[in-house]
Amino acid sequence: MIEEGGNTVFRKLSTINRRMFIFSLAKAVVFTGIVGRLFSLQISENKKYLTLSDKNRLRESRLPPVRGKFLDYFGNTIAGNLEVYQLHVIPEQVEDFRYLMVRLRDILGFDNAKLAKLIKKKNKQKPWETLIVSENLSWEEFSKINYYLHDLAGAKPIITIGRSYPYSKSYTHVLGYVAQVSKEDLNNSEIIKQRNVPGLRVGKSGLEKNFENELIGTNSIQRYEVNAYGKRINQIDYIEGEEGKTIKLTIDSEIQKFTQELLKDKAGSISVMDIYTGEIIAMNSSPAFDPNLFLYGVDFQKWNEIKKDPLKPLLNKTLSGLYAPGSTIKPIVALSALENDVLSTKMQVRCQGKIEMYGHTYHCWKKKGHGYMSLKNAIKQSCDIYFYEASRLLGVDRLNETAMKFGLGKQVLGDYFPNEKKGVVPSTKWKKENIGQNWYLGETIITGIGQGYIQTNPLQLCLMTAQLANGGYKIYPRITINKNQESAEEIRKKMLQAKDEIKKRKDTLFNVTGDLLRKKTKYKSLVRNHENIKFVLDAMFRSTNEVYGTSYGSRIDDPKYQYAGKTGTSQVKRITEEERELDLETYQIPYKDRDHAWFVAFGPYKEPRYALSVLVEHGGSGSKAAAPIAKKLFKLIIDRHELREKTTNQKGVKV
Amino acid sequence: MLQQFHYSNQLTFFQKIRSFDFTLLICILIIGIISIFAMYSTDGGDALYHTKNHILRFIIFFSLMIFMSFVNIKFWHATGYVFYIIVLLLLIAASFYGVTAQGSQRWINLYFINLQPSELMKIAIIVCFAKYYHRVQINNVNKIISLAIPIVILIIPIFLVVAQPDLGTSILIALSGLMVLWLAGVNVKYFVYSSLIFIISTPFVISFLKPYQKLRILTFFNPDKDPLGAGYQIIQSKIAVGSGGLFGKGFLKGTQGYLEFLPEKHTDFIFTLFSEEFGFLGSLVLLLVYAIMIFRIIRIGYQSRSFFGRLFCFGFASAIFIYISVNMCMVLGLLPIVGSPLPIMSYGGSSMLATMIGFSIVMSANIYQRQLVS
Repeated sequence: MIEEGGNTVFRKLSTINRRMFIFSLAKAVVFTGIVGRLFSLQISENKKYLTLSDKNRLRESRLPPVRGKFLDYFGNTIAGNLEVYQLHVIPEQVEDFRYLMVRLRDILGFDNAKLAKLIKKKNKQKPWETLIVSENLSWEEFSKINYYLHDLAGAKPIITIGRSYPYSKSYTHVLGYVAQVSKEDLNNSEIIKQRNVPGLRVGKSGLEKNFENELIGTNSIQRYEVNAYGKRINQIDYIEGEEGKTIKLTIDSEIQKFTQELLKDKAGSISVMDIYTGEIIAMNSSPAFDPNLFLYGVDFQKWNEIKKDPLKPLLNKTLSGLYAPGSTIKPIVALSALENDVLSTKMQVRCQGKIEMYGHTYHCWKKKGHGYMSLKNAIKQSCDIYFYEASRLLGVDRLNETAMKFGLGKQVLGDYFPNEKKGVVPSTKWKKENIGQNWYLGETIITGIGQGYIQTNPLQLCLMTAQLANGGYKIYPRITINKNQESAEEIRKKMLQAKDEIKKRKDTLFNVTGDLLRKKTKYKSLVRNHENIKFVLDAMFRSTNEVYGTSYGSRIDDPKYQYAGKTGTSQVKRITEEERELDLETYQIPYKDRDHAWFVAFGPYKEPRYALSVLVEHGGSGSKAAAPIAKKLFKLIIDRHELREKTTNQKGVKV
Repeated sequence: MLQQFHYSNQLTFFQKIRSFDFTLLICILIIGIISIFAMYSTDGGDALYHTKNHILRFIIFFSLMIFMSFVNIKFWHATGYVFYIIVLLLLIAASFYGVTAQGSQRWINLYFINLQPSELMKIAIIVCFAKYYHRVQINNVNKIISLAIPIVILIIPIFLVVAQPDLGTSILIALSGLMVLWLAGVNVKYFVYSSLIFIISTPFVISFLKPYQKLRILTFFNPDKDPLGAGYQIIQSKIAVGSGGLFGKGFLKGTQGYLEFLPEKHTDFIFTLFSEEFGFLGSLVLLLVYAIMIFRIIRIGYQSRSFFGRLFCFGFASAIFIYISVNMCMVLGLLPIVGSPLPIMSYGGSSMLATMIGFSIVMSANIYQRQLVS
């Protein structure tokens, strides 16, 4: 046709060609535009899109840090870690939350009450916050969940680290327990806030709480590639976190376990201490709860049961229980009286069972009376009448000074347990400041037998006994092992040096220099005259090992185990005249009204090394309820001594 | 005339082979090979289903194209309307007996292939119009009757494809057809008027669109509004292309595609993946090959002595250009997302078949460039 020529054909041809040309120009423009767009995306904004692309494919997940362990003195694990299977759900990522929960209910078999609770919990928190559906799945449940996972969009079966306490109740009050992080924990600790991940457990009480920052460890970080559906493709990077610090305690698990058995079904406390190094050998409070319960999230009913138990398992009685020390204070009263020269060891007082002073009648525990009593016999037989007289002569302020020196009225392990209660050692000043009244002399009288305002915790009495037993030197109680700790032998040497210093000071007139020297000594002497200490210790020995001694029934004759002690019976309430007439046996009195039974002791007598205190709440008399416990305990302590000493020698290697 | 008739009939087989446009052939081959690599990459670096199918189809359709190139251009001219009517019937069949997938009824199950007649219509409409305007005198082009016929021819398939629903393909068919109308000399004012009408009627048209189509258009204007919903594809595609940089992330190293962030990565978004892995330079090379291809087709059109051959080549070149630019603009976030494959690159049998038929007509036009058609 084109060949046919003609005007119209030519016009048609040129129209087509012209239009194609215009169109080609347009094409060039569009292609240039596309190239420009490519340039702007790939060259100019490359960085931005590269970051976006990385964000797209990289996910980071922080795993819970591995918590440091607790070891006992011999390196046994007393708080370790174990794998726990949990089920987490992030509500934001779930399409139909209710459906998922119902499916999970069917698979795991929990009841509707829990279902309702979970839904309630979910509504309370932010949609992107992890909801822990189950804190502790069995392996079976865990694999079941994994099996049905395709049908459970949004459910995340997770392996986390839980705490295990192999000694169960034995260490509850020392170590405390760990549980899920609470809002308070996050507010109080920056470290917890930084390292918090769903499923993290932190210390809630005891040493677990106090050493939280050392124990917690750092998070492991896992970086992995995900596809568009968030499914993991592969792991790119894994930064292993650091395990928390392992903390070694001075406690001997065997003894600790035994104390738990000794206090079974009783409310009370036992503390054992090395009288030179100040190491806590055992420290227990009864009853205790199983700290492993918190691993699984204790249920409401169980928690209520623990909380409402009249024997108060949540209270660490050793540190936070305050009691009148009763007759266990008598050695200190005697020592104070001797130190202040208010009486001589030869002074005698006649005990007729009661005495009238300042218009009040004061009774001795022995209704018939002890007859004529010397100081030594008064301690041995725990004659109250003698100590009424002694404290009357001594006065409360001087007694306060001595008692404070020996560790009463102050925190013993405040560095480890900030919640420890200080107790009260009264003085005239104290009463004025705290009660706003003047001191009455009658109050001095009863303070002399450890009643009235005076309040101590069991560990304070243990420390007091230890500092008496070592010859009256200051020691520094501790519960963790310190690498640079001096051995008992070194400490003993230093104590003797301190004693020499005092002698020197006495011999010279340069009191000022003597004072300076004394301050330098760490294990300074707490007494002026060491003969006084010897006297008191001898009296305590007689109390346990001679006829008529209050704890004679609990003596051990074998010199290897022979120990000295002092009983105490602290009244919970004032005894009325009728009650005194009735003279009821302990079991006849309502539990709440029964006396607390005390016993403090140290041994072996020839070369003392350990001090202990036993408290049985509402146990009755110290000689009947507390001393027999000490007897059993002492055997074990001494038997373990050799092993402990051997381990001490190798200590430099360990820790 | 006789002489020439004689001449063209004199062509021997070797002469025919020699008169192939080898540049165009090589361009097709290059893009075919690139597409195979890209497909291999979408399968995650493994010759899986898509790759195998794609290779098979490319080999079959490429051979078919060569074979059909020997068909005389006269044949295409003679069967122009028949071709259109057959495809139209297939389209109608598809809307009654078609296979439904992804909410759209576009395919006819032919047992060895799921044929998508709308893809064939893209070519058929060009063939049909080329035949139509081959005859029409330039003076009559703008007469109402000669305008009405092509409009009817164009509107019927568009209506059928929109109803499938397949907005993307219907737009491409419309653009291909209009392109030929324009080339044939239809007055510019008609285009202006109809675009005005189109713009005015757009809101009404939109109200007839399916919700997902509306959403796509809306999200085009603001993809970040709903980054995980409808805007997701645009954003992810831009991230993929943008993160490619100058040299790309390397073959099989594209993270966006590999990690399944890219939707429909082996069909409409194949360029995204390619661009991510081969970067700006790679994309430039691909564009260049496409440009050469279009240029060669236009050149063949120029050399064609018949209006049919010329119009078809021009129309086909323009259509290829439109497919490419619509697809690229779409994945680069310059146009709303409508289903439009990238010629040869994208996975899809019908699309490749249609493109190869187009190429074979172009080749035929080249071989028989002196052929007169009556």
